[in-house]
Amino acid sequence: MKPPDFTYHAPETLEQALSLLASLDNARLLAGGQSLMPMLTMRFAFPDHVIDLNRVAGLAGITQTGDTLRIGAMTRQRDLLDHPFVQQKIPLLAQALALIGHRQTRNRGTIGGSLCHLDPAAELVSVMTALGATIEIAGPNGPRDVAMADFPLGYMTPSLAPDELVTAVHLPVPPPGHGASFLEFSRRHGDFAIVSAAVMLTRHSSGHLADAVITLGGVGPVPLRLAKAEALLAGQTPTPDLFTQAACLAREIDAMEDAQIPAWYRRRLAESLTRRALTAAHQSLPGAA
Amino acid sequence: MTQHHSITLHLNGTAHAVSVEPRHTLVDVIREGCGATGTHTGCEHGVCGSCTVLLDGEPIRACLMFAIQADGRQIRTVEGLAHGTILHRLQQAFIDHHALQCGYCTPGFLMLAAGLLEADPNISDDALQDGLSANLCRCTGYVNILRAVRAVAAELRA
Repeated sequence: MKPPDFTYHAPETLEQALSLLASLDNARLLAGGQSLMPMLTMRFAFPDHVIDLNRVAGLAGITQTGDTLRIGAMTRQRDLLDHPFVQQKIPLLAQALALIGHRQTRNRGTIGGSLCHLDPAAELVSVMTALGATIEIAGPNGPRDVAMADFPLGYMTPSLAPDELVTAVHLPVPPPGHGASFLEFSRRHGDFAIVSAAVMLTRHSSGHLADAVITLGGVGPVPLRLAKAEALLAGQTPTPDLFTQAACLAREIDAMEDAQIPAWYRRRLAESLTRRALTAAHQSLPGAA
Repeated sequence: MTQHHSITLHLNGTAHAVSVEPRHTLVDVIREGCGATGTHTGCEHGVCGSCTVLLDGEPIRACLMFAIQADGRQIRTVEGLAHGTILHRLQQAFIDHHALQCGYCTPGFLMLAAGLLEADPNISDDALQDGLSANLCRCTGYVNILRAVRAVAAELRA
């Protein structure tokens, strides 16, 4: 179908964008458009005003300062995926980005757009939670920061007031020599994940695991940290049995159910993907057999 | 009152001055405003890839962008592939390898393949398959589409 009628605004500064957002009724922000446009053509959304952020100066770009990476909200998924620092230092992010849609959609789709759309199965939502990102928000009362873990308030509901917008994401760079794996199961290559698992492991020089992060996407309305499994792994010697035991804890999670996918199926996927991601993350540790 | 905006689309090197409503998608304006009907509309919500065009050299889905956003940008469509009566090597390969049956998805596949090969003439076979998986073909001609694009990729590497 064709999108409904709306009035188009193309601000060129953040101040203009914020003032439009504060003054217009029933306005939607247009970032990369890869989710909003299908919602418009399928007539799920009927905004009176569309505020296009594509001409706003300074919202796109990637800068590294010390051990933090700042990613502008309008940075294209493709540009982040191709960034050498991401490829070399944040493999979890590179692996997740490669699974988002396809080349055509990554060329347009943005980091901020995906995070604000907050689809529970979106790779970026899950991976930013696993990486402990901070969301930088601008509004009429100035900037504020929110931890990614606190950003989703519920199903597709970001912690944003109607007159606020996301300007950037700040990522702590994971320690050198960590292991990482992002795996997902989807019906077709390029689809949203039914379930995804993001795993990061660090190891002591003794060979014991120092720290484990396990984040599941697609199982509930917001990403789920598998804290019990993380606690089980910390300080232990990594073995296939240990990874199987940790993954078993995914059987206990609350999983959502929809017309196509029953909850038990999501739990089975969560268990399998957690085990495989733990194994792959362990194998990616330097010097792993 | 519906707004109308005057914009210029640079389509295959020719400037087209068109008047658009903000809600008009790029693919609709390419077809109806510029009269270039080689680009097809399929699902119109970003799933099938049949409307793939090159925007400043990179493949995008023309149903997932408003025409007004493409004001002043360089767009290439299937009409821009051949030189007169000499077909682009991808077009010839699609004929040689029987890579189409009904032809509806073909313009999208050709532009996707052109974008992938132009960005990286040494593209790996895995990356090529991953890239081409973006588009749908309902005649299930994927094997022959892959054969055709692989043949051109091999020529470029040689």
